[in-house]
Amino acid sequence: MSTAYAQKNGFFAGLWDYLTTVDHKKIAILYLIAGGFFFLVGGIEAMLIRIQLIQPDNEFVSAGLYNQLLTMHGTTMIFLAAMPLIFTLMNIAVPLQIGARDVAFPFLNSLGFWLFFFGGVLLNCSWFMGGAPDAGWTAYAPLSTTSPGHGVDFYVMGLQISGAGTLIGGINFLVTIINMRAPGMTYMRMPLFTWSSLVTSVLILFAFPALTVGLFLMMFDRLFGANFFDPSMGGNHVIWEHLFWIFGHPEVYILVLPLFGLFSDIISTFSKKRLFGYSAMVFATVLIGFLGFMVWAHHMFTTGLGPVANSIFAIATMAIAVPTGIKIFNWLFTMWGGSIRMTVPMLWTVAFIPSFTLGGFGGVMLAAAAADYQYHDTYFVVAHFHYVIVGGVVFGLFAGLTYWWPKMFGTMLNEKMGKLAFWPFFVGFHLTFFIQHFLGLMGMPRRYWKFQPDQGLEIGNLVSTLGAFLMAIGTIIFLINVVMTTMKGEKVSGDPWDARTLEWSIPSPPPFYNFTQTPLVRGLDALWVEKRHGNGKMTPAEPLGDIHMPNNSFIPFMMSLGLFIAGFGFIYQVDDSSFLILAIAGMAITLLSMFVRSVKDDLGYHIHKEDLEKGAGSE
Amino acid sequence: MSAEELKQLKPGQSPHEPEKATLEGKNKFLGFWFFLGGETVLFASLFGTYLALKDSNLDGKPAEELFGLELVFIMTMILLTSSLTSVYAIYHMKNLDFQKMQLWMGITVLLGLSFLGLEIFEFYEYVHHDGHTFTSSAFGSAFYTLVGFHGAHVAFGLLWIVTLIIRNARRGLNLYNAPKYYVASLYWHFIDVVWVFIFTVVYLMGKVG
Ligand code: HEM
Ligand SMILES: [Cu+2]
Repeated sequence: MSTAYAQKNGFFAGLWDYLTTVDHKKIAILYLIAGGFFFLVGGIEAMLIRIQLIQPDNEFVSAGLYNQLLTMHGTTMIFLAAMPLIFTLMNIAVPLQIGARDVAFPFLNSLGFWLFFFGGVLLNCSWFMGGAPDAGWTAYAPLSTTSPGHGVDFYVMGLQISGAGTLIGGINFLVTIINMRAPGMTYMRMPLFTWSSLVTSVLILFAFPALTVGLFLMMFDRLFGANFFDPSMGGNHVIWEHLFWIFGHPEVYILVLPLFGLFSDIISTFSKKRLFGYSAMVFATVLIGFLGFMVWAHHMFTTGLGPVANSIFAIATMAIAVPTGIKIFNWLFTMWGGSIRMTVPMLWTVAFIPSFTLGGFGGVMLAAAAADYQYHDTYFVVAHFHYVIVGGVVFGLFAGLTYWWPKMFGTMLNEKMGKLAFWPFFVGFHLTFFIQHFLGLMGMPRRYWKFQPDQGLEIGNLVSTLGAFLMAIGTIIFLINVVMTTMKGEKVSGDPWDARTLEWSIPSPPPFYNFTQTPLVRGLDALWVEKRHGNGKMTPAEPLGDIHMPNNSFIPFMMSLGLFIAGFGFIYQVDDSSFLILAIAGMAITLLSMFVRSVKDDLGYHIHKEDLEKGAGSE
Repeated sequence: MSAEELKQLKPGQSPHEPEKATLEGKNKFLGFWFFLGGETVLFASLFGTYLALKDSNLDGKPAEELFGLELVFIMTMILLTSSLTSVYAIYHMKNLDFQKMQLWMGITVLLGLSFLGLEIFEFYEYVHHDGHTFTSSAFGSAFYTLVGFHGAHVAFGLLWIVTLIIRNARRGLNLYNAPKYYVASLYWHFIDVVWVFIFTVVYLMGKVG
């Protein structure tokens, strides 16, 4: 494979390249395509829900379908859209920001993607196989354990497979950040996006196994006759709630922390200032990560844990407002007195600050345990979590994709179109969700198929749906921008934003080995240091030499495919035990692929110094 | 990774820690520790579930009547010994004595196999003599899930180590496979530690009620 960088042509060669790639920049693109696709699917589901709720007593979708749409919207958005799009950003930026040639485990990086992908596909197969899951994205037992049909089974198997992929990804980034930093890149010089990716990876590592166990128990109950959640057989469904939220609460920080890091990078880049209170920001990130694990039971105030437990969890929850507040003020102080450029990434960032803050206020209100008896399972909750998830995560994804688009593709999204996409989305977002706080306070329950006329809920719901349409328009404009940019294909320089961190010190898109010579880092905002005190280029930390690269591999695809097939087998063996053959065959494919992987040496190959001098791999 | 790293290591010309001499090795080493961190959460969740459900045996036998400590004690001894033998294997790895390392890994596998055999026998007895099954009560489900997960880990570990032993039988120790052996032995210790908890929480505490 020593000529792997000789460009192959043709569609199938290109496809094969992506099916087998272990290059983190290509894996980022895979995550972008798959995550972007699922984001649209989840968005369409949201629109259908909002259309159903446009007026009282609507008959647009049936009650059963409504439950499926609602469940799949939440599940898809969290697991199949937000998570993978965050992995897009981590894959494109983290290795480059720390001056690494690669991630620690390129093979596992690819495996993580394919597991996520096949899990997501399996989950969505349910639409065509007799009905999607309908017990909510939280799948509370006994609603989920008694839900007829196979919908919830698809939920269980799909999430199990894609969750494994996420865990693998988390471990990979942990080791990458700890072991592969360029000389001089000390912890306290890491860009905040990398810092928050590190903390997020720790959260993934400790949160996802709890979900794994929950899903296993649910699988055993539904598919193999176990009794974990069946009270008549001695089971207890509060166990599911605990396991789910021990995973689920950290999950929201897994989603939002990397984007906090991103916003920090963007704000300092476009204010042309060092981040205000860098070490406080790092400290706050770690603290939020830690507290994120301590508060899961605030989702269970009304379950009957008792006043003592409720008070403890209420106070722990409110404590998170402190490090979050530190961050908000540091962002504001970074902008203060800076020379601000209102680029599209900066626009999303500035819009994020008040939006997320409002979401935070709602969160503190919900954390007041006694008051939660009023808000619980009303639209107030829906308003709160969309304020943080859309106002934080989705705004952040738009900011990050625009910011790193040139690094990924070597072309720049159009700024005017970017702003044109921003405004309807931003206005629509507040229209949709702000009013839902009041709908909730007026008693409109969450997850209801219909609301009654003459209860004063009409106008609020109408406005909310109109807002959702505005958001859809914003999204479509963003997509048009992507298509137009791709067709134009204007090339940009390595550093189109005049930015501060290492990823901008190399061409866009980077050669597949990233850095020809590992850079020497001389301070926080490594590239900026060189721009101010050097010749504007990174000083190499090593002489030009051969570069070792990993081989492509088809095995990750096969391993994931095996699990996908086995998933079907497990689900359908309930109806007919001959489907067990499918389960066994699928597992065999996976284990055989693992076996091949372990007996075949994968030594990779070298790019030779002479070829590097000729510019191999850079475009 | 280069051909250099595939060169057989011989005593005298050694890096002292062959498992961490390359970047790949270092990454594997650290990554595996993290993986074990995740596994800890996995087993902690299973233990929590078991503790919540251990008295939900309905009409079935309660834990104190069910468990016989003799067998479990023997199993514990076997597994603890197997951890020791895998320590020997790694000790020989550090001295770059490949043959002895393989031998001790082989003994570890034999001990692991006998543990697994006894566990299967134990389950068989519960099911056929005590009517204690996976589906008979929440206690049954929780018991077989927790102990069974551990058993599945043992089985997987055995497959893994056997593959390593056979695959490398004729090539000797090098900087490419040293980390693999090392990590496999870490995994084996982890399995052992989990069993110590199972022995305490499930069997000993089950006996005292
Ligand atoms: C951007 C446009 C979006 C719209 C218009 C929208 C709309 C909705 C609506 C109408 C519901 C149902 C509320 C109910 O009846 O209880 C809902 C639920 C939910 N949404 Fe969204 N949503 C959007 C984006 C997102 C995103 C980006 C995420 C996560 C990344 C998300 C996560 C959820 C979750 C977890 C639920 C709860 C589902 C359940 O109760 O099981 N949403 N959304
Ligand atoms: Cu929470």
